[in-house]
Amino acid sequence: MAPPILEVCDVVKEYPAVTAVDGVSFSVPEGTCFGLLGPNGAGKTTTIEIMEGILEATRGVVRYRGEPLAARFREEAGILFQKTALQDFLSVRQSLAMFRGLYDHGLEVEEIIRLCALEKLADRDNRKLSGGQQQRLLLAIALVNDPAVLFLDEPTTGLDPQARRNFWELIQSIKARRKTIILTTHYMEEAELLCDEIAIMDKGRIIAQGTPRQLLREHFAEVLLELPRQEFPESARQLPLQVIDTSDRVEITTNDLDSTLRTLMDARVPLNNLRIRPPNLEDLFLELTGKELRA
Amino acid sequence: MMKRLLAVWHARNLEFVRDRSTLIFTLLLPIMLIVGMGFVFGGPERPLFKVGVITADPKPIDKNAHPFLQERFVDFVPIAGEADGVRKVTHQALDLLVDLGLDKPGSVPRYWVNTDSPKGYIVEKLLLAAAPGSQRQQVTGAATRYVDWLFPGILGMNMMFSCLFGVGYVVLRYRKTGFLKRLHATPLTAFEFLSAQVLSRLCLILFVTTLLYIAIGSIIHFHSAGNLLLLALVAVVAALSMIALGLTIAARFASEELVGGLLNMLTWPMMLLSGIWFSLEGSPKWVQWVAGIFPLTHLLQASRAIMLDGAGLPEIAPHLAYLVVTAVAFLAFGAWSFRWRFD
Repeated sequence: MAPPILEVCDVVKEYPAVTAVDGVSFSVPEGTCFGLLGPNGAGKTTTIEIMEGILEATRGVVRYRGEPLAARFREEAGILFQKTALQDFLSVRQSLAMFRGLYDHGLEVEEIIRLCALEKLADRDNRKLSGGQQQRLLLAIALVNDPAVLFLDEPTTGLDPQARRNFWELIQSIKARRKTIILTTHYMEEAELLCDEIAIMDKGRIIAQGTPRQLLREHFAEVLLELPRQEFPESARQLPLQVIDTSDRVEITTNDLDSTLRTLMDARVPLNNLRIRPPNLEDLFLELTGKELRA
Repeated sequence: MMKRLLAVWHARNLEFVRDRSTLIFTLLLPIMLIVGMGFVFGGPERPLFKVGVITADPKPIDKNAHPFLQERFVDFVPIAGEADGVRKVTHQALDLLVDLGLDKPGSVPRYWVNTDSPKGYIVEKLLLAAAPGSQRQQVTGAATRYVDWLFPGILGMNMMFSCLFGVGYVVLRYRKTGFLKRLHATPLTAFEFLSAQVLSRLCLILFVTTLLYIAIGSIIHFHSAGNLLLLALVAVVAALSMIALGLTIAARFASEELVGGLLNMLTWPMMLLSGIWFSLEGSPKWVQWVAGIFPLTHLLQASRAIMLDGAGLPEIAPHLAYLVVTAVAFLAFGAWSFRWRFD
């Protein structure tokens, strides 16, 4: 495995009323996409902002290429925040040129425009872009210095499904250029598609870490059965099954599908709307915390 | 509809009341203005005549030192130098200048009168009644037109608003929208960011002020008596000082109402006390002392000295030095207290 480009060592961030990050440690190998997952308020954004060097940790340290964050890191990092407003009255090209001017090295503005498919928008006032176009521009700004490490904080939140898919394609093309990507998200599909390794956060702590496949294999049996909650009678809860409630359904995990189906049929549980599927990261989070990710 | 209206009304009231600093300024500013203006403009009726009295000592004039100094309706103003006093008589800023020999007992009183000034003619009679045999010195010269005197004041006021509000509100908006946070994630330093803001506003102000100088100057047929390059130097240094003052206000706050209140608290006293509309000569000492704190006062006194009296660098050097010192001090404080983000 490649040596870590970033190391987060026992980082704590305390506010007067709350500990937002509580002793988080992990490292990110160069050229990989590392995902920080968790519900709102889990401490993802605080952690990533400490890694970006714009928020100071109460305790602990973040190292970039083995050194505490310094001027070199700012030159070589690209950042896309959850929310950023740009200067009024500037076009897409002018906004990119302004940010390009802040770095010693980087890509040509026209190259970034091509890379992020902004050719048709280059002369448009950046206030007149749609949500998806705005995110593409902000990603383009994060790429102006041809960064070695790219931070993406919930980059597709608020985008419609089509815009989200377009954005994922763009990130995959950046990933193909061997950039290290740190991504926070609460979209499991996004994490499964883009991340080589994930850390799941809850209440400021990392509760699981590994590759998505590894984590699912560690925590789950082979299959998962889903039934609408209203079709699952109270009496069936006495059955020897592993049942987890979600908002509108019950989930049963099993490694013996035949036996489980027989048990349900014997108990006269209606199976017309039964769905059988392999578990995903959403299920993993539910399993680990007892909460839904987007609750 | 009323329910929705009341919900929004209530939420806005809570927002306003909970923003304590803004609330305090909203309540304090009008009270301070009324009390302050009452002190400045209150008191007895204004005198009819203004007479300069040459004294070596800057302390207030002792009315018992000479019978002429006991005349009613005359405002006696201490004048340190004969040349300064004569210049003011020439421009009719003083109706008469007298050297009563207060520091040289037994000497014959001398006085300077402008033969073009009607008020000078009358106050000369009062002097001769109280001190017959005084030596007459004669000067001539038209009174400075009020519009010429006002011209630097209007330009200075425009500069002040542009410096304070132009920079203060822009930085505040950048902070509120997260644009400053985004810049913070780049190699840009606070010093570089602040310098760019200062220089951008400085260029804009100098361009606008030059245009206004040419346009208004040609309308009112104004011709500067002094060196225009020196005037430009004063404008640059004063603009730097006031821009930096705006930055100190916007350096760390994120409330538009608070910053608005603070900027108003600065601009209103400057507008009223810096001598934009009327001369501070003859106003109480404490008013002149307070006015002397404001960069705008120094800008106006230096620019009027250049534009109206043809003053050179030595005469305006104290004003220039004050503006340089305040520019450096405000910039240093602004850079020290600057925050990229609001937590």
